[in-house]
Amino acid sequence: MSTAIVPTAHFDLEPMSEPGKEQLLELAMGPQHPSTHGVFRMNVVLYGEQVVRLKPVFGYLHRNHEKIAESETYLGSMPYTDRLDYMCSITNNWAYALAVEKLAGIEVPERAEYLRVITGELTRLQNHACLIGFLMQDMGSSGTPLMYAFREREKILDLFESLTGARMMCNYMRFGGCRADLPAGWLDQARKVVADFPRFLDEYEQLLVSNEILMDRTQEVGVLSRELAVSAGISGPMARASGVDYDIRKVDHYSIYDRFTFRVPLGSHGDVYDRFMVRLLEMRESVSILEQAMRDIPAGPIVDPRMKVRGFRPKPGEAYGRIESPKGELGFYLVSDGSPNPYRYRVRPPSLINLTVLEDLCVGRNVGDIVAILGSIDIVLGEVDR
Amino acid sequence: MVGEGILKGMAETARNFFGSYVSKDRLTTVQYPEQRDAQIEAARSFPFLVYDGADWHDGMRCVACQICEKECPPKCIFIEKSKDKKPDANGKPQFYPATFNIDISVCMSCQICVEVCPFDAIMMDVDTDLSTDDRFGGLLLDKQRLSKSNEYYNAIHPTEAAAVDARLAVERARQEAKAKAAAEAKAAADAKLTAATPAQPASGEPR
Repeated sequence: MSTAIVPTAHFDLEPMSEPGKEQLLELAMGPQHPSTHGVFRMNVVLYGEQVVRLKPVFGYLHRNHEKIAESETYLGSMPYTDRLDYMCSITNNWAYALAVEKLAGIEVPERAEYLRVITGELTRLQNHACLIGFLMQDMGSSGTPLMYAFREREKILDLFESLTGARMMCNYMRFGGCRADLPAGWLDQARKVVADFPRFLDEYEQLLVSNEILMDRTQEVGVLSRELAVSAGISGPMARASGVDYDIRKVDHYSIYDRFTFRVPLGSHGDVYDRFMVRLLEMRESVSILEQAMRDIPAGPIVDPRMKVRGFRPKPGEAYGRIESPKGELGFYLVSDGSPNPYRYRVRPPSLINLTVLEDLCVGRNVGDIVAILGSIDIVLGEVDR
Repeated sequence: MVGEGILKGMAETARNFFGSYVSKDRLTTVQYPEQRDAQIEAARSFPFLVYDGADWHDGMRCVACQICEKECPPKCIFIEKSKDKKPDANGKPQFYPATFNIDISVCMSCQICVEVCPFDAIMMDVDTDLSTDDRFGGLLLDKQRLSKSNEYYNAIHPTEAAAVDARLAVERARQEAKAKAAAEAKAAADAKLTAATPAQPASGEPR
């Protein structure tokens, strides 16, 4: 494949050039570019059509999440975590609840753990389905795969709405459990959605996996080496596509994930195509986790009875809770000084950390590939900018 | 063969296209607003205040304790406590909110006010047709616009409302029993007192 012909460092832009002399072009992609998944800008320096340098500019959606959380009560930050990665609010809730539970030493009842796994894996299904749809949309597929993905996502969002009351901003987890128990008939409806999902995946694979145009545009594009993935702290499907066997569900055994049998799909090339395939395969594993969880879910309380809604003050200390969110390792670091609001509140967003290698993936490729590479990283600007 | 994958994909698209004429599963579009999906019971939009009985002011459950105002994460609730008291549903004199405003342009529908309310006075609505051309006044709801009857609450969230009503009935019965017991004890004490009184003056003991 082609390599960069212009050295990336020590290359100054010339504002004016002599006639006949080649010059570089600086192009601002975004912040309103449709492929940037929100408001995100890439200052790209081009030599012809080849990327020489790429500087991501973000912060357009900065909402001061961490500082606001320091003046909110612990529970008051929970609805704000929904708005980090707005595609998967439930996993955000989960990571935050996990951090607070570690901080205060709260036990979670059995049934609540199952509810968390079920809703969390449903979130993963809809996130991956949509991400693949968006990726195809970015590469110019006129919306067909995206609409198919949205059709499936709608069924999952309906499940979320009847359980949590909201489709996207679920605000579902509480410290020591979950907010609402399953309404009558929910589990049957969910079983039906999950049972139908493999059929959708079959169709999706038929539609996309062996498509020559897709293969041309994604294979060998944006190759992330295993070494770079490890040293840059890349996590989630992106790291696994580069062959790094790192799934926090398997590494940490948090919640009750050690009770389920599932495999962790790994890629071997680390290109855009592998990242796309890893997500497709991961959805199949999520379906299998869901089937097991919905088979085994016990009856019982859904929240630790000692937890009260108001007046929550954990003892002074610090805790880091992390989960495998659909985008990677989502962690919350909390420092408590014994007051009702955290002394320090820090989010480790997977999107932001995965975005740090964007330049390494893009340099030497053409402008059109930037869009595919960015799409395959799976960023949500709510989480990148916070 | 080159192009085989594309053909396979096109077959899939065709199956979805023609399938959409026969299968409801493949064409899920709803022609909103002419057609609407059935309302999901647990859905929530913005909070409202519940009142019992016919009059929104007399029956208002809110006692202006201001807990929701304190706990609201984006601080969209503004309450002013009344100076005087009015009888609540159980006949007990209580404060009431002189002002109760919710700015629904700030509210993020998180339901925390509902969870922290000890009086089951604030609940989540399901109404979403709230668009208005008055950006400030139209979205700042005062207590009259926020008040909705318990019947309305029962209609939009039947399961949840039944549980709340049962809990309130138990509480009311407990309070009535307590009041009755107190009244009986008072009557008994009075009777004892009146029975004892004629004998008392002779002893001259101070009571």
